[in-house]
Amino acid sequence: MSAAQAFFDVLWGARMALLGGLATTVLVSLLAVLAGTLLGVVVGLVLSYLRGPLNWLVRLYVDFIRGTPVLVLILASFYVLGTVGWKLNALQAGVLALAIFCSSHVGEIVRGALGAVPRGQTEAARTLGLSFPLTFALILLPQAARIALPAWVNTAAEIVKASTLLSIVGVAELLLATQEVIARSFMGLPFYVFAGAVYFAVNFAIERLGKALERRLATDTTQ
Amino acid sequence: MGYTLNFAAVWRDIDLLWAGLAMGLLLALASIVVGAVLGLLLSFVLISKSRARPLAAAYVSVFRNTPLLVLVLFTYFALPQLGIRLGKIESFVATLSLYAGAYLAEVFRGALLSVPAGLSEAGLSLGLRPWQTRLLIVVPVMLRTALPSLSSTFISLFKDTSLAAAIAVPELTYYARKINNESFRVIEVWLVASLFYVATCVLLAMLLRLFERRLALPK
Repeated sequence: MSAAQAFFDVLWGARMALLGGLATTVLVSLLAVLAGTLLGVVVGLVLSYLRGPLNWLVRLYVDFIRGTPVLVLILASFYVLGTVGWKLNALQAGVLALAIFCSSHVGEIVRGALGAVPRGQTEAARTLGLSFPLTFALILLPQAARIALPAWVNTAAEIVKASTLLSIVGVAELLLATQEVIARSFMGLPFYVFAGAVYFAVNFAIERLGKALERRLATDTTQ
Repeated sequence: MGYTLNFAAVWRDIDLLWAGLAMGLLLALASIVVGAVLGLLLSFVLISKSRARPLAAAYVSVFRNTPLLVLVLFTYFALPQLGIRLGKIESFVATLSLYAGAYLAEVFRGALLSVPAGLSEAGLSLGLRPWQTRLLIVVPVMLRTALPSLSSTFISLFKDTSLAAAIAVPELTYYARKINNESFRVIEVWLVASLFYVATCVLLAMLLRLFERRLALPK
């Protein structure tokens, strides 16, 4: 039996475990990006519009999270939350850590995007008699969103890559599922290449999407 | 809940955390040096019309879109099956350098494009050979443009060294986990470890900014 044949036999035998791992990777990433984006928009709004203690507190949060490696966030969330009486399983603790990581990045993206909308836009809206909530919803938000979109897509790809770190605390996502197959079959080389190729495919697709969006959106904002 | 903070266990092993921090910085330093050389070579290929260009682009794309942990585990656990056997530290530095090379290639490519064409033309007309023009004229100007991105890459590489814990390289995260498992002073360990990381990143950012300001191109 050739090596390739042996690899495909093991691959076929483990297809359910690997597909389950991929599904977990996708689920974890989606949840983390979703929760992280919601929280990150709030963070960005506070950083852009509030002054005083709350602003400093959020600034500290963002700088602290951005200065800490994701792996440390995941390990801390996994070990610490149980100790303080918040019973989360590894998957929940991991999603929480990724969401917090995501929120700090999205917060900075949102702040940057809102800052990049020319002041004249707000002034014009005010002159037309729009209240601040209306100015924000109708004038600032649509323009900031298109500025933020490419960076946000990049963050999503970062989260997919960071989700591999959950394997270290025992979440059976794609990498851990692959490692379990390797432990049984001793086929480290082809299966690491396989896992790498799957992640590459997912992230490459996300990257292309980001580039396409960037091209589409970049055209008429600079007029 | 009844958890009282007690830093005694962390204090007792604080030397381990310092040693881990030093290891992390060394890993990042080694990787940025090798990565910068690799990135420089790749960036020249990326802006050239040579037939190797798609290869360089594929390299960058593969390394940027594959999770670092997969690359680290591949180099350490799978390459020995091809007869390439590296120690833990060498294997991690090799992986992080190749990874950094891909990111820096993009950074340098952008910076190269921003170097005015007149500079290389001037170099060539002075009789310098093409490689001399690149090395002596274009690269120094390009590096000064790329410096801010170079420093932020260094800071992310430093944070990425935490992944070396996955193959038991004794760096900060590895020791934090060790203290965590031996003392169960969970909150204290992770608080101190993340403070180590944050403080280092902030200090590095400040230091590098001074450096950037000195070397910034005159406007």
